[in-house]
Amino acid sequence: MLAIVGTIPDTGFPVISGKVHLKNDRITIKDQSAPINRGTPALLAAAIKCGEVLGLESPIGFLVGDIGLGDGSRLLYDYLSKKLKDFNLQVLCFHYLQPDVDWQFKVLDAIEKMKRRPFLIADAGYMYAAKMSGLSQEYDLFTPDVGELAFLADEEAPHPFYTRGFILHEAQKVLELIKRAYEHQNAAVHLLIKGKKDYIVKDGITFNTVSNPSIENMEAIGGTGDTLTGIVSALISSGMGPKQASVIAAKTNRLAGYYTQPNPASQIIDIISNIPQALTEVLKSM
Amino acid sequence: MSLLNFFKKNMNVFPVYSKTAKQDSRKSERAILVFDNTSEVIQAQRTLEKKGWKLRVMGPPPEIRNGCDLVIEIPLIEELNILRTLQETRNVPIKVVPVSSPLLQPVDIFQVKDYGDYLMVRAANMKITIEKENQLIVNISGGGCPDVPYLAGEMVGKSLTESPLPKDIGHTLCGYALQLAYEEILRQC
Repeated sequence: MLAIVGTIPDTGFPVISGKVHLKNDRITIKDQSAPINRGTPALLAAAIKCGEVLGLESPIGFLVGDIGLGDGSRLLYDYLSKKLKDFNLQVLCFHYLQPDVDWQFKVLDAIEKMKRRPFLIADAGYMYAAKMSGLSQEYDLFTPDVGELAFLADEEAPHPFYTRGFILHEAQKVLELIKRAYEHQNAAVHLLIKGKKDYIVKDGITFNTVSNPSIENMEAIGGTGDTLTGIVSALISSGMGPKQASVIAAKTNRLAGYYTQPNPASQIIDIISNIPQALTEVLKSM
Repeated sequence: MSLLNFFKKNMNVFPVYSKTAKQDSRKSERAILVFDNTSEVIQAQRTLEKKGWKLRVMGPPPEIRNGCDLVIEIPLIEELNILRTLQETRNVPIKVVPVSSPLLQPVDIFQVKDYGDYLMVRAANMKITIEKENQLIVNISGGGCPDVPYLAGEMVGKSLTESPLPKDIGHTLCGYALQLAYEEILRQC
């Protein structure tokens, strides 16, 4: 079973957990729903679409409203630290949460009390908290972009504000950044680095890269990184190994973009709807 | 020839006039303020713009090894006044570097991509795309900071003039970069 932890950009959205479904371009969870524009809803929608192909149950969502101030995130951290031990999960993916080192420790403590330790994936804000706490190696997979990789690689930076390369992406330095991130134990066991070229890494060794198809208009579309994390999460929860899952996810995300033939005004939901076709095609070709 | 006419005729060879020429060229010379972190850059920019200085936020040149992702370009001749102002707010840069060689040129953080009917401006890691005809914001992408989904939700589908400003509703470095992209795309329109 896959579970996804994240936020909805709506201050009225309560702390909630339950099975997540898709309905009319929205995700639904119990009596709540949210549009799929980008962020955690896009990640969830991509995972659900993959699940349709792979025959998976709908994922569990642990969600809360937060517009970046962290108030909702702290409520969700508190909920997770109390409730996670009751769940039996295969994969647990953390996404857009306000980075908070103390709460992250408490959530890891709760994970230790689970019946079995799930495969741990972290992206976006939660990945920053994992690095800031010095516990990156507790996680099985991070999915950074090149700027986030620069933060992971900077052993002295306590926050992205202090990192050269966080907002000024230095794509030519990726291999050097990977090396440095592992040297100082600031990377998860596996990395799936998102960019013009996607890198699949384990323990500092780059096993594969994926750069085709390359769809220029996708650069303008918000949420393509979120869908990649959703796809790889679903694949790993199907029992696939993380290296193979990362390669298939990178290819599927790009192919879904190709099938969409997007223009710069296309929305992420347009690409998500093509994920089943793309995943089927990629799985056939492997 | 009177003494005055002699000076007028020969003024170019006198050092005093060379000094004036040097002062003129100094007026166009620039320097960059290097800060320890991006939060200090944002604070310094706000302080200095309130005082009426014209600045540019840019990327650091590759030769500058310390400091964060952004620098502030200033007129060199204003260095002392600017530092005095920053001192008042206890936000002084870690160094001031005159842009004295091509290797010390700051890097433009903006990239503009013309898609025909659409225009995209990237500022650092954040991208904003509009439909040219009506200046409607059609997409916002990039960044993993916790406020990015909210910023996108509030801005996409609105025109540039109707949209809330990232600086007013954002809370992170990605929100700041999006504000820079927003200002640049306004300038481009």
